[in-house]
Amino acid sequence: MAKITYIEHDGTEHTVDVKTGLSVMEGAIKHNVPGIDADCGGACACATCHVYVDSAWEDKTGEKSAMEESMLDFAENVEPNSRLSCQIKVTDDLDGLVVRLPESQH
Amino acid sequence: MSDLNAKVVIVGAGHGGGAMAAFLRQAGHTGPIVLIGEEPIPPYQRPPLSKAWLKGEADADSLALKEPSWYAENGCDLRLGVTATGLNRGAKTVTLSTGETIGYDWLVIATGARARKLPIPGADLDGVLELRTAADAERLKAALGEGKRLAIVGGGYVGLEAAASARALGAHALVLERESRILARVACEQLSDFFTRYHQDKGVAFELGVEITAFEGEGGKIARVRLADGRAVACDAALVGIGAIPNDDIARDAGLDCVNGVVVDLDARTSDPDIFAIGDVTHRPLPLYDRQFRLESVPNALEQAKVAAGVIAGKPPLTPEVPWFWSDQYDLKLQIAGMPFDADTILVRGDPAAAKFAVFHLKGDQIQAVEAVNSPPEFMMGKQLIGNRKAISREKLADSTISMKEVVA
Repeated sequence: MAKITYIEHDGTEHTVDVKTGLSVMEGAIKHNVPGIDADCGGACACATCHVYVDSAWEDKTGEKSAMEESMLDFAENVEPNSRLSCQIKVTDDLDGLVVRLPESQH
Repeated sequence: MSDLNAKVVIVGAGHGGGAMAAFLRQAGHTGPIVLIGEEPIPPYQRPPLSKAWLKGEADADSLALKEPSWYAENGCDLRLGVTATGLNRGAKTVTLSTGETIGYDWLVIATGARARKLPIPGADLDGVLELRTAADAERLKAALGEGKRLAIVGGGYVGLEAAASARALGAHALVLERESRILARVACEQLSDFFTRYHQDKGVAFELGVEITAFEGEGGKIARVRLADGRAVACDAALVGIGAIPNDDIARDAGLDCVNGVVVDLDARTSDPDIFAIGDVTHRPLPLYDRQFRLESVPNALEQAKVAAGVIAGKPPLTPEVPWFWSDQYDLKLQIAGMPFDADTILVRGDPAAAKFAVFHLKGDQIQAVEAVNSPPEFMMGKQLIGNRKAISREKLADSTISMKEVVA
């Protein structure tokens, strides 16, 4: 279990407990955190689960795959710390993770 | 003026119905929500049933749409194992299989679609399967394994995904298709050819242009599929994946406009202004293509759920999305955006032999649809260009050394 804080574009914070093994995207969907759409359910097929990983956590969230890079390239307002949250697996090491959500997923 | 305390009854607790309840809360709706589901389990994702779940790479927990406690914690009365048997629009009530009658201020029909059956002898034998629900998937999984022989009737997405998963589990897979090519209803010829060859390389067998006349059994269990030409194909199980039929009975009986599904407008409203319908059960407008169509996809169900929740909660309208679909088979990611309606030209970008290419369906200098295999940029940019109707240069689009960001004319 890891505590993850999702911060909406308007500043609203949601801190929820996410089971290890799920993705950061699944943690948001299962707790109905607004701002992550995840139309494809985690297949890395839609780029609607875009998040910005807080700088303190960039190392722990791992590397982007070529597929993820490729999908992100066409999302809006992409920054160096942009990730597709369906591609970040939750581990105990991510307890305390903070991610910020973009204004829109489309 | 919207009433955030109004009572919303959602009939159907699939992906669409579950998302509807969640989007209502996100939109600030505070009134009671009743979510009625025929299946015994809370809303879950169906797409993985033929893919990751079947291969054992995802468990039931991860398929669940929400944490099990979410519904009760959010004022959502989840009624499982219950169907709505009648709708009285005058009284604004639905009757349930329990005999109970419940009233609504807003009704949402999210009853989805059911697998089409093959009306031939032996269809009720043990081992003749379909794949729509988690229970169906359990039965299919139990029938697969090293050396088992699976006959797949219908070369559509369900059949092909099941074939790929069956191979991953060491089972034999034979696809029996009535048309002269697989994916005939849903993809272009180039894609059919590519997927046929790819599956063959993975050991899947195909019989195209064949008619099935019977399932034959021994001791009540399937043993063979009989073809119209007299041949018999031995198998341990048969999966029938020949399309779906909208569950619009309750709507039709109540006099709502239905044409191959419940007719809705861009707000997901039916011909009764107090009743919405979302997902596979709807016959909806496709503004980009100037026609009505029934889409069977998760993105469509989610879009309509979000739109309907916004209307109920009095939110500003959303821009209609470009329809899209995806399928995973082996290491192939197929992503399709748009619909190939009214296209005059088919243009292939990339290299099918390298399993990395996209097929564009063009109408003049506009993209109507793109079918992309392991090609996210083609899919993502294609989807944007379908939505904004920008003209492209055919020469640039055909040249895969030119970036997708530079194909606009």
